[in-house]
Amino acid sequence: MDNIRYDFEIEKDDFERAGEASSSIKKILRQLGLNSGIIRRVAIAAYEAEMNLVIHSNGGSIVIEIDPRKVTIFANDKGPGIKDVKLAMKEGYSTASDRIREMGFGAGMGLPNMKKCSDDFSIKSILKEGTFIVMKMFLKDGD
Amino acid sequence: MTVGEICDKLNLEVLSGESGLERNANGVYICDLLSWVMAHAQKDDVWITIQSHSNIVAVASLLELSCIIICEDAEIEDETVRKSAIEGIPIVSSKKSAFELAKDMVNLGLGS
Ligand SMILES: Nc1ncnc2c1ncn2[C@@H]1O[C@H](COP(=O)(O)OP(=O)(O)OP(=O)(O)O)[C@@H](O)[C@H]1O
Ligand SMILES: [Mg+2]
Repeated sequence: MDNIRYDFEIEKDDFERAGEASSSIKKILRQLGLNSGIIRRVAIAAYEAEMNLVIHSNGGSIVIEIDPRKVTIFANDKGPGIKDVKLAMKEGYSTASDRIREMGFGAGMGLPNMKKCSDDFSIKSILKEGTFIVMKMFLKDGD
Repeated sequence: MTVGEICDKLNLEVLSGESGLERNANGVYICDLLSWVMAHAQKDDVWITIQSHSNIVAVASLLELSCIIICEDAEIEDETVRKSAIEGIPIVSSKKSAFELAKDMVNLGLGS
């Protein structure tokens, strides 16, 4: 299998299309015939990353790469960056506004969910520049 | 049990996504916080919520939930109805509370 790569542009505040990138990613993995366990993990991680770009960032992209050993999700945005990444990673920590909370977001579980779904998770954030997340899910025999 | 059978037995109003009425329903999950649902709801669960923004359809579709029951007669946005039709995830409306609906589901033998 050659490496496969797909790019999705995510716009700030675009709630109408929110979730479409994750849904496309899920379809791609299905077509590749991956098993439902890894598809679920990738779908959850991609969705949480996508929603964070819509809600908290100035826009960015979700990139998915599939190689024979793993699925990698990159979530990169154009700022504003996260001041205290350690705090942001805490379950229950959220800066979501009331308007966003009314839509059901803002439990402060997105980043912890992403980490839980990944075999390897890294997050780097630079104020004003952006937040850069890499998530790897390793394929095991049978995936 | 299918979503259609549950709706018939409990006299629930199906608002959209009728193409999904044949979906299999197995368990029940109740929560209004999307990332909490994302982490804990299981495939084929009936999801009971008062959340009616169109993003509930994306959540249900990604997790392959069987249907969404909007309880307490919460108002439902047109965009939610439109998206559920596209995804084939039934949206069901009820005036009952989540607790009353959960009792109904138990009585139907769901999740046992
Ligand atoms: N891409 C991002 N850019 C800037 N800030 C971010 C970004 N992603 C997350 N954050 C910050 O980290 C906090 C925690 O994120 P997390 O996804 O865990 O929770 P949430 O998005 O607030 O709520 P939930 O994901 O449960 O709906 C956010 O409230 C926000 O302050
Ligand atoms: Mg989030």
